[in-house]
Amino acid sequence: MKALSKKRRHPLAAVALLLFGLLVTGSLYTAAGSISEAKAADTTSASVTDVEEGQKLFVANCATCHGMSAEGTADGPSLIGVGAAAVDFQVGTGRMPMQMQGPQAQAKPVQFDDEQISQLSAYVASLGAGPAIPGEDVLDTTQGDAAQGGTIFRVNCAMCHNAAAGGGALTRGKFAPTLAGVSEKHIYEAMATGPQNMPVFNDSNITPDDKRDVITFLKTIEANGSAGGAALGNLGPVAEGLFVWTAGLGIIIAFTIWLTSRPS
Amino acid sequence: MATTNEYTPSTTTGRLANFVDSRVGASGMVKEFGRKIFPDHWSFMFGEVALYTFVLLLLSGTFLTFFFDPSMTHITYNGSYVPLKGIGMSAAMASTMDISFDVRGGLFMRQVHHWSALLFVASLSVHMLRVFFTGAFRRPRELNWVVGGVLLIMGLAAGFTGYSLPDDLLSGNGLRIIDGVMKALPIVGTYLSMFFFGGEFPGVHVIPRLYSLHIMIVPAVIILLLVIHLFMVVTHKHTQYPGPGRTNDNVVGFPVGPVYAAKAGGFFFIVFGIVAFISGLFQINPIWNYGPYDPSPVSAGTQPDWYIGFVDGALRLMPGYLGNFSFEWIIPFPWGDNTLVLSVLLPALVPAGVLFMVMFAWPWIERWVTKDNREHHLLDRPRNAPFRTAMGAAGVVFYCVMWAAASSDLIATHFHVALNDVTYWLRILFFLGPIFAFWITRRICLSLQRKDREIVLHGREAGIIQMSPEGGFSEKHEEVDVYKRFLLTSYNDNKYIPAQPDAAGHVSGSEKRRAALSKFFFEDRVAPVTPSELEAAHAAHGHHEVEGEKQDSIEK
Repeated sequence: MKALSKKRRHPLAAVALLLFGLLVTGSLYTAAGSISEAKAADTTSASVTDVEEGQKLFVANCATCHGMSAEGTADGPSLIGVGAAAVDFQVGTGRMPMQMQGPQAQAKPVQFDDEQISQLSAYVASLGAGPAIPGEDVLDTTQGDAAQGGTIFRVNCAMCHNAAAGGGALTRGKFAPTLAGVSEKHIYEAMATGPQNMPVFNDSNITPDDKRDVITFLKTIEANGSAGGAALGNLGPVAEGLFVWTAGLGIIIAFTIWLTSRPS
Repeated sequence: MATTNEYTPSTTTGRLANFVDSRVGASGMVKEFGRKIFPDHWSFMFGEVALYTFVLLLLSGTFLTFFFDPSMTHITYNGSYVPLKGIGMSAAMASTMDISFDVRGGLFMRQVHHWSALLFVASLSVHMLRVFFTGAFRRPRELNWVVGGVLLIMGLAAGFTGYSLPDDLLSGNGLRIIDGVMKALPIVGTYLSMFFFGGEFPGVHVIPRLYSLHIMIVPAVIILLLVIHLFMVVTHKHTQYPGPGRTNDNVVGFPVGPVYAAKAGGFFFIVFGIVAFISGLFQINPIWNYGPYDPSPVSAGTQPDWYIGFVDGALRLMPGYLGNFSFEWIIPFPWGDNTLVLSVLLPALVPAGVLFMVMFAWPWIERWVTKDNREHHLLDRPRNAPFRTAMGAAGVVFYCVMWAAASSDLIATHFHVALNDVTYWLRILFFLGPIFAFWITRRICLSLQRKDREIVLHGREAGIIQMSPEGGFSEKHEEVDVYKRFLLTSYNDNKYIPAQPDAAGHVSGSEKRRAALSKFFFEDRVAPVTPSELEAAHAAHGHHEVEGEKQDSIEK
């Protein structure tokens, strides 16, 4: 140790330190990166015919905005590397193909059947590695922890989606939709791919097990319903205030008119 | 009071009653108070609704204190609500969860308490609006108007302290805003916040402190003010709407005993029933959705209860920057820089301050401008006081713009408009809305008064179309009856009073300002129909003099 401290003023000490620092940072980054890459790479293998069929569907329905080989245009982003999960979410919830350009794509009736969606996903997944469609094990809500998921949800999701997942407003016409009635798979895919204005919660940010907890939480509160009666949209005090000023005072006024209906 | 001479009752009940009466003099009180007359009108009953919801609040609140633990001790929740099981939270939150899920009838009582709180402040507000728009605050009732205003503020205080007690995420966010407003005060802000929270926010003291205020001080003040308020109502007697046989010196209506005792007693149970019905069927403040308070998350759709909404809305409307102009000022002091955060202080304190100041001062402002110091026991129809109605409408719009701003995010999502556009429009309305409301309301009132004049002078449209021998069509006008005409012609008519010199012949500055205000208020006015006008109109219509014309005179 003493020998080392004596050499600390050596002309090459700074260079050595820099190299050491870069080595440590680099290896840490590679280690961290390989965790998410390992997950991203295991795209579900699809047959060649699926990819070919998917490409045909893509050229016919998506290429106008995303470009002939999904490289992106001024009207739509590149889809290389977005992964099968992104396609499965966007097309599977009817957001894509988009009805019109706007602040964000709106959910609408789904345009393709399951086979077509999986073909489209296979084609886009073949363009570059990206998040895969999640397997059954991470969607199984019987294995999840609702309380743990609730904590993760409140810290990461509630600021846009509302603590009861009722949805909320974002800037300039964008919004976070309600999560009631969204399937387990689509919730997972949304977290993994960050559709529209949503941030990406990758596997090193919220692990697949944690994602399963979040899904379990959402499905639990959905199944529980509202303990105290009609939920008034789960929108909090505004809905309650509106209710008391309309229905509450309305009933009261009806009774006051009845009580004083005999003219004096 | 009690005159106990030789009266000896024969029955047991009689003996008991006589025993009590000869000692407390109850019969005198019943005789005095039981024959008190109250006029009958649906709009007079909102104060009663407030009183009854307050009784409900006391009853349900007492039930809740049996189970609520006002402590911020950190514990792990282990009750029956699965999505929060094993989560750390304060004892306050955990006991509220237990009230909701593990105490029999607890959730119902919580909902009764919260719904009656919302209804309590709502009925207080509507009651005050009724008093304002009918001019019931005029002499001799100015002080009772002030007491009522303080009651409203105490209602807000009771609501806010109660809203914070469960220590859930939503109420914690509300407290954080209070903390922010305190810290925005220069120099004293941080000290004030540390004092209030007993350390850095959120600390471990604020819930027990709010609990003491919520269950002792605030309700005690409300009860005290309530007693003063009702005492003054009895002293002043109730106001009444104008009508035949109703004068400034009488009250036309039913006596307390037996009519109003029965009506009011029944009405209490009706209000109780309505609140129980709502509480049984509609969920309110589901704290299990929000989860325990933690300073890091803020949920979308975080709003206060409706009565604090206007302050929240003002905060949402306030820009932090206007172009390059920052509302955050750094003030250099000898001991260092202090920050004056006007973007928080202005919206949090000024609109509410202005609203309450004008509200409290209005009886005196009106008395000063109109020079009307007479006693008024007859109410105004709102149209017959266009200046006051217009001012009230301006105040209501001012309040409602801020109120709407508190739900700007929900307006954006539910009407599919951009949140930013909602904010821009509400900012414009914040300044222009009250002006337009004043102007439009005054025009509507004046038009209604003109319509009343028209009806008195030319009769009401009968809906009968007559064809003349020449083939022309005309609608028949029917003369209104004498009672209706009395209502339409006998109102308190305020005129523009130019500046008057004082004894020394000098016109003071304040008198000039009064005259300017008087001109602004009363320049445009519709005078009530005079007997001579009526006679002229009748002569023109070929009528003979109508019976009872003398009593139509407004010159008393």
